[in-house]
Amino acid sequence: MSDDKPTTPPEETPTPDEKTPDQATPESTEESSEEKKPLSEEEKAAKIAEAEAKAAAKKAAAEAAEPKDPWEEKPVPPAHEDASDDPDAVSLNGEFAGVVLAADRYAGDVTLTVPADRIVEVCRFLKHDCDYKFLVDLTAIDWPDREEGRFDVIYWMHRHDDSKRLRLQTVVAEDAQIDSVAEVWKTANWMEREVYDLFGIIFENHPALERILTWEGFNGHPLRKDFPVEGIDTGAAIYPDVYPPGGGPPTEEADEEEGGAA
Amino acid sequence: MTDPNRPLLDVEEMEINFGPQHPATHGVLRVKMKLDGEKIMEARPIIGYLHRGTEKLFETMDFPQCIPHTDRMDYVAAATNNQGFCVAMEKLLGVTIPPRAAYIRMMLAELQRLASHLVWLATHAVDIGAITPFWYTFRERDAILDLFEEYCGARLTLNCMKIGGVPFELPDGWLDRCSELVDGFNAHIDEYENLLTENRIWKQRTIGIGVVTADEAIDWGLTGPPLRGSGVKWDIRKVFPYDRYDEVDFEVPIGETGDTYDRYLVRIEEMRQSVRILRQCLDRLPEGKTLARVPKVLRTKEPGMVYGSVEAPKGELGYFIVATEKGTAPYRCRVRPPSFINLQALPMMVEGHLVADLIAVIGTLDIVLGEIDR
Repeated sequence: MSDDKPTTPPEETPTPDEKTPDQATPESTEESSEEKKPLSEEEKAAKIAEAEAKAAAKKAAAEAAEPKDPWEEKPVPPAHEDASDDPDAVSLNGEFAGVVLAADRYAGDVTLTVPADRIVEVCRFLKHDCDYKFLVDLTAIDWPDREEGRFDVIYWMHRHDDSKRLRLQTVVAEDAQIDSVAEVWKTANWMEREVYDLFGIIFENHPALERILTWEGFNGHPLRKDFPVEGIDTGAAIYPDVYPPGGGPPTEEADEEEGGAA
Repeated sequence: MTDPNRPLLDVEEMEINFGPQHPATHGVLRVKMKLDGEKIMEARPIIGYLHRGTEKLFETMDFPQCIPHTDRMDYVAAATNNQGFCVAMEKLLGVTIPPRAAYIRMMLAELQRLASHLVWLATHAVDIGAITPFWYTFRERDAILDLFEEYCGARLTLNCMKIGGVPFELPDGWLDRCSELVDGFNAHIDEYENLLTENRIWKQRTIGIGVVTADEAIDWGLTGPPLRGSGVKWDIRKVFPYDRYDEVDFEVPIGETGDTYDRYLVRIEEMRQSVRILRQCLDRLPEGKTLARVPKVLRTKEPGMVYGSVEAPKGELGYFIVATEKGTAPYRCRVRPPSFINLQALPMMVEGHLVADLIAVIGTLDIVLGEIDR
């Protein structure tokens, strides 16, 4: 917590000038400021000189020393860059004019945003003409408050020839559907089932869109942000009288109720 | 007199359940099968019995707190799970880890690969009927787990890596004991091979079973030994080297026909390559720090998504992390579990085979249900 600035007490840092509005009586401030000002200016000058000397010494030392190893430096987070010059974005736009709505490069990976209603033709083109034969992953992200559509569906694919990876992103509204790519890559079958199960996104023309991690009849989609982390009462408790829904050790209230019932 | 088209016996397709509580399913996997006699006409894996909502839990906790939860996914290979999460996080935060930390991580990961492959070999062989290898492989696995215990205090759920490096320096004498184990390991692998590789029963049970061609393997998204067994030379450690895998020499073994026997040979050879990597790491282990200079509170800078992956013993294990601005927890963390994706190919691999071959195929896919259900 030491590098969290808000936790350090504010009294230590401000100069006397900043302090004055907060102080209670105007008399005391005048006195203190008159007494302190000449002192603080002297000190200031001395301190400035000291600090300058220190900084110069530090600079000289830094110049003299060898460059630090990357793990001694502060981490450098990646930054977003425009990737519309990416060859795949160019060839996609050449095949389907204006299909790439946005192209972004972050941490070395390219993300292309494409409209949801054209996803199958785009994926088919990428697989057969651009050689992205391997669909690494297919998943979704929930943004409950976003206006242009609640879900992002992410396709993450790989080309073996030059080991390049490409990410497609589409926006799907909560009540909308998206076409299945299970016929393009067989591996998409279970991944789409999982996204359907956990997010409730419906994939049209999927061979068997069933729940996969939860059971048929489960009420809700667990990875939606509005699904409670502690879970819901599914009605599937084995002995609801002995182990009441909610779990944990029985509370006093429950004991009393039990006693009353008996 | 009789109609020639009438079958000799009145056979009816029978629907039966295999699992979820069966030792050969390696956990709680249920396979619903339609059988014609003993032949599998249709197989449908049913999963989710071990679903704990790990991805949901990730969203509620700080980045470092996620690491212990990764242990519980592939619980026979916890170190590589930790490594995958740390690699992805380091990509997100822009951290470079010190060389000593990278080498310690590689050693832990390769020891874990050996341990995981030993569990695979033991259970796979037991499933098929060869009980003896179990006693040999678990002897060595125990020695590996002792090394883990000495390093981080745990044997299975290790929690042995940290974002930016590794949490501890190696204990005194650990390198000598590890070195001793590594030096003797190839002889142990020879022992297992003596029991199985030329064993006639083993060959009959595995050759030609669960054949996957290279194109099918790629289309079904197989990774790891099931992909390499089909002759595709592909390994994350070579393709996208993480830690310091670009500094060590090793081969990527591949199979030819893509059957269960080839996958067995690939994994055996992978163990030898792991020993080779371990030897190089032990010889070259650099001095220095074990943790990079990372802030105490890990905070992302801007919204973005990264995907970091490692070559886990089962295949490509990837973590897809979505970050918000100045967030201390993942907004979404998707795990790409290799077992989940590999299991999907099970129906394709077993249809037309006998029920006993289903056991062999489940064994050869090397699935862990903790990772499949998450």
